[in-house]
Formats: sequence, C-alpha cells, structure tokens
Amino acid sequence: MNWARWIVFAVALAGLPLAVGDFYVNLTSQIFIAAIFAASLNLLVGYGGLVSLGHASWVGLAAYLSGWLFLKMGLGHGITAPVALLGTTLIAGLFGWISLRATGLGFLMLTLALSQVLWGTAYRWASVTNGDNGLSGLTRPAPFGISLEGPLAFYYFSLAITVLAIWMMSRFVDSPFGAALRGTRDQPRRMSALGHDVWLIRWVTFVYSAFWGAVSGLLFVYYNKYIHPASLSLTNSAEGLLGVIAGGSGTLAGPIVGAAIVIFLKNYVSAYIERWNMLLGFVFVVIVIFMPDGVVPGLRRLWMRWRSR
Amino acid sequence: MNSALQLGGLKKAFGGLPAINGVSLEVIQGERRLIIGPNGAGKTTLFNLITGDLHRDAGAIRLFGEEVSRLKPHQRAHRGLARTYQIITLFPKDSLEHNIVLSLLGLSKVRWDAFKPLRGHPDLIEEAGRVLRRVGLEHLARRPIGEVAYGERRRVEIAMALAQKPRLLLLDEPFAGLSREERATVSELIAGIPREVTVIMIEHDMDTALDLAERITVLHYGSVIVEGTRAEVVADPKTREVYLGD
Repeated sequence: MNWARWIVFAVALAGLPLAVGDFYVNLTSQIFIAAIFAASLNLLVGYGGLVSLGHASWVGLAAYLSGWLFLKMGLGHGITAPVALLGTTLIAGLFGWISLRATGLGFLMLTLALSQVLWGTAYRWASVTNGDNGLSGLTRPAPFGISLEGPLAFYYFSLAITVLAIWMMSRFVDSPFGAALRGTRDQPRRMSALGHDVWLIRWVTFVYSAFWGAVSGLLFVYYNKYIHPASLSLTNSAEGLLGVIAGGSGTLAGPIVGAAIVIFLKNYVSAYIERWNMLLGFVFVVIVIFMPDGVVPGLRRLWMRWRSR
Repeated sequence: MNSALQLGGLKKAFGGLPAINGVSLEVIQGERRLIIGPNGAGKTTLFNLITGDLHRDAGAIRLFGEEVSRLKPHQRAHRGLARTYQIITLFPKDSLEHNIVLSLLGLSKVRWDAFKPLRGHPDLIEEAGRVLRRVGLEHLARRPIGEVAYGERRRVEIAMALAQKPRLLLLDEPFAGLSREERATVSELIAGIPREVTVIMIEHDMDTALDLAERITVLHYGSVIVEGTRAEVVADPKTREVYLGD
C-alpha cells in the first residue's frame, strides 16, 4: 500500500513536464536536489539523533572537486563524478571521526566548525577555488550520449537519481542496521550493553549520509554549472536542517516535503517578495507551532482524526 | 571449578568520593550470587564497572579468565555478558518483539546488513517470538512497550538479556516495584534460567531474593564486608549491623 503510493507519486512526477512549463520543470529539478540533500541529512538527524550543522560540506566538496577536476585537470565527467563522490566520502570519514568524539551540542558545534573551515578555505584558496568568483564554465554530463543541457533531460536525470537515492535510503532505515541506528538514538547505553558498537553505527551513518549529500552536490553543480563558496555556508546547512525539521525528521517523506517548501519559497515567492527570508522564517514558526514534529506527521495525524470521525 | 567473574582490588571514586573501594570477589560458573547492601553501598556502580558502562580507577576485572577492564561495553557483551537495569531501559515506542529483535541483533552479524529489510529476516522475528513465549508475553508481541504494564516490562528486561543466551547475567533489582504476584512470576522466571548461566543479582527484597541465591556478598560503603553461604551471611553479626539495621 505504502509502496503503491510512492510509485504513483513518482509516475506523477514523471508526467509533470507535460503539464507545466520550463520554469516549473527547473524548480522541481531543484526540489529533487534539495530533497536528496535533506533526506541524507535526515539519516543523521531523524534516525540517528545527531543534529549536524555541517551537511553543506558534502554538497560543496563534491561540487568543488568535480568542478576543479574538470576545469584544472581537464578530466571528463565519467571520471570527475566518481572521484568527487569518493573524495567527499573519504573526507566525511575523517570529519565523522572527529565530530563523533561528541554527541548532542558538542557534535553540532564540531560539524559546524569543520564546515566553516571548508567554507573559509573555499573563499581564501583562490588559486584552486577561484575565491569569491567561484568556478564557472562548467558543463553538464551527457550519460550514454544524452545531453542534459535542456531542462527536460535534466529533470528526468535528476528524477531518476532522486528515486534511486530515496529508495536506497529507505532500504537503509528499514534494514537491521537502520533498526540498530534508531536504537542508538533512543537508548545508546542499552544498545552497547546489547553488543552494538554505538560509535561505529554512528560513524557508518555519518559517512553514508555524506555520500548521498555528495550525490546531491553533484546534481547541484550540474544544474547550476557554477559553484560558489556560498554552497558551503552555514546558511545552506541550516536550510537543509530546516527542511528536515519542517517536513518531519525521522520520516521518509518529511525531508522531501520540507525541501519542497524551502525551494518553493526561495525561488518562487522571492520573485514577488523581496524579503523572502522573512517569509521563510514566518512559515517555519507557523509549522513549528502547529505541527511541532513536522508537516508530514502533522498532516498524517489530521488525516487520521478526519477519518475516524 | 572455573570462575565466571573475578574482581581484584576494584576501585572507583566519583570526585574523590570512593564508591567502590577495593572490591575483590570471585563467582564460579553456574553460581547464583546475591549482592546485598544498604542504599549507596555501590551495588549498581559495581555492575556498571563489570559491564564497562563506567571505567574502573584501579583493579582487575576477569570475565571467564580474560582481563576485560579495557574492553568497551559492547565487546564485553560479545564475551557472554548481559545485564538488566534497575530503572527499566527499553525502547518504549517499539513493540515487545522489536525490543527482543534489537537484543538478538546485538550479537548477530545481521546487524550490519544495511539493505535487506528487517522483515526479510524471519528467523530473527521467530526467535524473538520464542523468547517472548518463554517469559509468557507472546500475546503482547506486537504491542508497544509503552502500552504494557510495569511488571510485563520487567519481564521484557529479563527476556532481552536471556535472548542473548549469556554466560554471565547481571540482574539489577529485578523485583523493584513489582506486586506480590508479579514477584512470584519473575522469581519463577529467574529460577528457570539454565544452570550453565551464571547469575549475579542485586536485590533489596531479601525475602524473594534469598531463595534464589546460593552465595551472598554484603557490600557496605564500597567494600565487601561479609561473604558466604546464605546461612553464614544471615548469621553473621556484621550483616545485621549494616543491613538489617541492628
């Protein structure tokens, strides 16, 4: 039943470009990218109970690595993509090892500090990153000879990647490992007394979530064909976290809905209201007041109440 | 006779205040040991040192002859150590069955499977069902822990430990907060633990606990003051002094 709903949803998305113009096709592509980003962060926040403020690191790192390898090393997308993913995941292994010295607030501050190091580096190490100008002149890949330059081709490409990513992440949380992860969130002491290596479970999750963050980073740089230090900023990490919390952390659909809200407000509403940031803040305050555990659990509750009347 | 647990000169202080002050004791495999002592005697601290939840300041902890004081709690669990908590520590939103599954996963390689759904491991679910049947809770298997009675949660605590087929089982006040009938049920459950499992139990409720114990250790201010058979300990004047309140 649940799977049927997801399949209907994916099919509807596949049909969307038939009904709307390029603007909305591009907007939805951006939502896909943000959805992978938020869903990957949700593995840590929602299922692991580890709130990170450094998730933008993986978007930025993967994007910069891929851009730099393309521009300065002259490598093709077939090489830059796997190398960027691998490089980002390796650095995530190191960052996770450092950040997971702590949990709770300590973990939050360490992830923030480390991502700020990357952000500062992107600004200052101009010989590699081009500093505040960012890396431009990038291209989109052409998998199997199909160019992704058009909005439609890119839309279907990012939809396919998103379906794969969400499916893999849903397998992850439904697996025995996912059950153990939720256990470490709820009762870490009990879990280690039961023989679970709590630290290793968290570290593996950190690295896995960074991997999918890097995937969204690749899509991000393909979409924009440009990368700027802002993609590594605290604002970017915080937007992802807002998406997770607003949509409903610890649910599969929550971060997708949350990411859609953020991207919609950012791109659509900002055309009409200059202070869209204020509106974003207002929307989140309203969500948190009326649906403290997020839109998806909140709507589900409303639906249950309506049905049981 | 092989020892299951050997403590030598074990010490632990909190902010300079000794909680465990040089405890040495040996528990033989298959033994039923009761540890008693007034509040603050260091009983739970002793358990936490054995499991690795706390690091010892000095002394040795030998589990089945192996020095384990540098091992992490999960590593000690893999060496056959299981425990229950005085304050019930379960996963309240999850079903009884899921709680047992988490326990089974702890010692199973399947816990690293990050792709196949948990439901795709029927052997785990079946085993959890068997464990719940053993403690008479199979009819509640699908209910969340938060919805079942306190006494039933106590039994889940014990079932979680038993599910792992431990070699050494530490029971921290398994009768705490139970009614008379519930006590009888839990007491029966503990009496039915296979003989090859060594059991160390902390208990306040002497009446119930004495029946289950073969040897008794009396702890007072972090030190062992009396140890012996049930009759020896009950007869010892020092027991009366510190525990029975003279």
